[in-house]
Amino acid sequence: MNAPLRRLSVAMLLLFALLLGNLTYVQFVRGDELRSDPRNQRVLLAEYSRQRGAIVVDGSAVASVTETNGQLKYRRSYPSGPLYAHVTGYKSPEYGESGVEQSEDSLLSGYDDRLFVRQLSDLVTGRKPKGGNVVLTVDPTVQEATANAMRGRNGAAIALDPRTGEVLSMVSGPSYNPNPLASHDATLRGNTWDKLTSDEANPLLNRAINQTYPPGSTFKVVVSAAALRNGYDSQTRVPSPRSYTPEQTTAQIRNFNGSSCGGDTSTLEQALTVSCNTAYAQLAVELGREKLGEQARAFGFESSELRCPTRVSTSQLGEMDDPPKLAQSGIGQRDVRMTPIQGAMIASAVAKNGSLMRPYLVSEVQAPDFAVLDKTRPREFSRPLSASAARELQQMMRSVVEKGTGRAARVSGVEVGGKTGTAEDGDARQDHEWFIGYAKRDGKPVAAVAVVLENAGTSSSQSAAVAGTMMRTIVNASDGR
Amino acid sequence: MSKAASAGVAPHSAQSRRPQHRNIELLLLLMVVVIAVVLTAAVEAALRDEITVATIYLPLSIGAAFLALHLAVRFLAPYADPIILPCAALINAIGIIFIWRLSLGDVAADERAQAGVFIGQGLRQLLWLLAAVVLFVAVLAIVRDHRLLARFSYTAGFIGIALVLLPAMLPSSISEVNGAKIWIRLGGFSIQPGEFAKLALLVFFAAYLVAKRDVLSLASKRFAGIDFPRGRDLGPVVTAWAVSLLVLVFERDLGSSLMYFGIFISMLYVATERTSWLVIGLTLFGAGAVLAWTMFSHIQLRVDIWLNPFADPSGDGFQIVQSLFGLGTGGLFGTGPGAGNPESLNQYASSDFVIATVGEEVGLFGLGGVLMMYLIIAQRGVRNSLDVRDSFGKLLGAGLSFALALQVFAIVGGVTKLIPLTGLTTPLLSYGGSSLVANWCLIALLIRLSDSARRPPTRRPAVLQLRHAPTEVITR
Repeated sequence: MNAPLRRLSVAMLLLFALLLGNLTYVQFVRGDELRSDPRNQRVLLAEYSRQRGAIVVDGSAVASVTETNGQLKYRRSYPSGPLYAHVTGYKSPEYGESGVEQSEDSLLSGYDDRLFVRQLSDLVTGRKPKGGNVVLTVDPTVQEATANAMRGRNGAAIALDPRTGEVLSMVSGPSYNPNPLASHDATLRGNTWDKLTSDEANPLLNRAINQTYPPGSTFKVVVSAAALRNGYDSQTRVPSPRSYTPEQTTAQIRNFNGSSCGGDTSTLEQALTVSCNTAYAQLAVELGREKLGEQARAFGFESSELRCPTRVSTSQLGEMDDPPKLAQSGIGQRDVRMTPIQGAMIASAVAKNGSLMRPYLVSEVQAPDFAVLDKTRPREFSRPLSASAARELQQMMRSVVEKGTGRAARVSGVEVGGKTGTAEDGDARQDHEWFIGYAKRDGKPVAAVAVVLENAGTSSSQSAAVAGTMMRTIVNASDGR
Repeated sequence: MSKAASAGVAPHSAQSRRPQHRNIELLLLLMVVVIAVVLTAAVEAALRDEITVATIYLPLSIGAAFLALHLAVRFLAPYADPIILPCAALINAIGIIFIWRLSLGDVAADERAQAGVFIGQGLRQLLWLLAAVVLFVAVLAIVRDHRLLARFSYTAGFIGIALVLLPAMLPSSISEVNGAKIWIRLGGFSIQPGEFAKLALLVFFAAYLVAKRDVLSLASKRFAGIDFPRGRDLGPVVTAWAVSLLVLVFERDLGSSLMYFGIFISMLYVATERTSWLVIGLTLFGAGAVLAWTMFSHIQLRVDIWLNPFADPSGDGFQIVQSLFGLGTGGLFGTGPGAGNPESLNQYASSDFVIATVGEEVGLFGLGGVLMMYLIIAQRGVRNSLDVRDSFGKLLGAGLSFALALQVFAIVGGVTKLIPLTGLTTPLLSYGGSSLVANWCLIALLIRLSDSARRPPTRRPAVLQLRHAPTEVITR
């Protein structure tokens, strides 16, 4: 009987070899795939069993967690609802994350390498590992004032500190309440998501950094900068006829309402103050594609590396390879597209005498015990203007606000410069209204803002008024400091 | 039988005193307790954030039971294989601690610190271990010589069949749980008679096949290089096959049905040394499988779930999908004891799918280790059978070992989607009193057989003579 016994023993070995082989396949070969399968709740459970870090604005949390009795231990909550929705973004058990929640996810969730050493000591001391905190540059007073001024309007408003690049406020309209998306109630979450994603106004879109608009006349600031860099000054006289027909086309460029710019020639300053289309179309053709493109790129156009803190959509110049295209691009039409943050960056560079600071929203990241892990140091993005050219341009933009199209942006007792714009976005819809500008207090640039109001009509005074409110709040807030 | 007889002749060693290795067994058991302490501490750290008295009390309670087992072996089977008991003990300790861990996981997080040591299913499994200790000792004490069992072969056969068929006879209200009619539930108490039937049938098969092996070994027709038996000798195998199918039909118990038939065929093969029985057995198995598949929708469903569990991941395929997710999440090293989410498997986390629970939290390496323990027990069982001097003992040892291996293969293979899920208990590991007690009896029998195999043959001269005889004697 011993021969079959030995064979039986070999058969048992084979059975176990099969088991171990299959287990190796399931646990090792397919392990990652099974672990990350969206239907595998375990990853979610593990993530939600950790206390996610807070997103902090001026010492108070705008995103934090509350403990629940459910399967998912911590629920994300946003105490201010829609106010900071586009700043923090959302963190949903089902729909992923956006905004700071997305860009700082590894730190907030506690899986960041910078937390490694602390977690090692947590392991020893038996403390529960937690996520780190993220502190934002946003000033709550400015954010609230911006949101109030934007209430009920579609578009975006953003304010930067030109000295550092800090984002002081960022509002996109319409906003949304991120709380239901973070809910652990699948029905509420699903219904909210369906409603938000099917809304034509697209409330989830952060227009301040992820929507591009034709910049319209605000682009004249870029053309002016290129001119100043190439031998012009604010008093150089340029042709400003009632209409201008570039070469290679019969399509005329006219001024707004076909009006005159106050004479057949104007100084560059006058041309900007009255937003003279014919002068700037001609100037753009005169300067040419190279010089105009170089100037725009120095301000940040065509750059795909900007993060704030999620990816900023690239502002585009489009084709400018013949005079008709150049002429139209020179007045911010044709294929030129600009994000609101790009508009604020232009104003920021002008205000800081030609130095453009890289915009940033996260000022520091902290360990769970609030010890600082990383502080964002202000960095220069580029120098699109010389100091003297910047001062010339400041004078021109100040003139726009003092006597030109941007009067609604005036702030008493403070030097304000800016430029309005009307972006034609197709024929059917009403035009978008732009304002970009800056405020200087005691000779120091304290604010650079950009405002876009979608379908607001043709009078730029509304966007200038919003910008005025924002700058006034920033100036008042800086009083207290 | 001449080969077996000559293997039994160990010329000089028979005279010298053989080592008993009991202290090695004790040392290995001590290591099992150490592993249990570490495992419990890890669970405590993960679920309670602190180490409490449970870390000592739970492993000590388990260890005390194992010490009783060891003492029983030391006095009742001193020559027994010293490896089998510690391997079984390790599996059992891991099982109880994981069942306890699941009970602790069911307690709300903020109440766990006050929950104490002995709670829920973990406590019940520990109490079942006490019952198992009593029966283990009883088996070793009563069955002082395994040949005693052969005397009761037909009684065992009758008891076995009765236990198998009992739940089918009883009303569903008493015997049915989750579609399978394999229980007897009285009061708050439920047992699975099939677990004990397995042992009774093993004894019966061994005795019956030893008695009939000459007849069954006779070949008449040679076909394709294999000698096939005569038609009328097919009776027993066809009977076993029919009974298995009956179990399947009336108790909807695919796993047990497979087990009984698999055990019978393998023992038939060992007894007769005829490959033809394997061919006949596998053919019958194939025919039965196809027949069952075409006739029963619940078998078709099992096969469909096996082929594509992700077709309905939250419905029919839920358990197997969760099992795979758990195993995959565990990966090579596991999430750590207590740190996984086996709760996803609901009430099956401690019973049918305990393998997935273990695999999730201690990973491929931990689970592989548990499987190795089973393999070692089964291999030692067969190895000792080689040294047992009588055919009944050899066959019983082979049957017990193979039954254990086959059951582990069927349930682990099912949980890991190697084969369709059959719904068997995982020996010594999964939650359930009948299974635990019955499998400790199985281990007791293996230990008894190993004791006979290794015991120096110094008693009566008659035995010595018989040892040299070409034929063998079965005392009936």
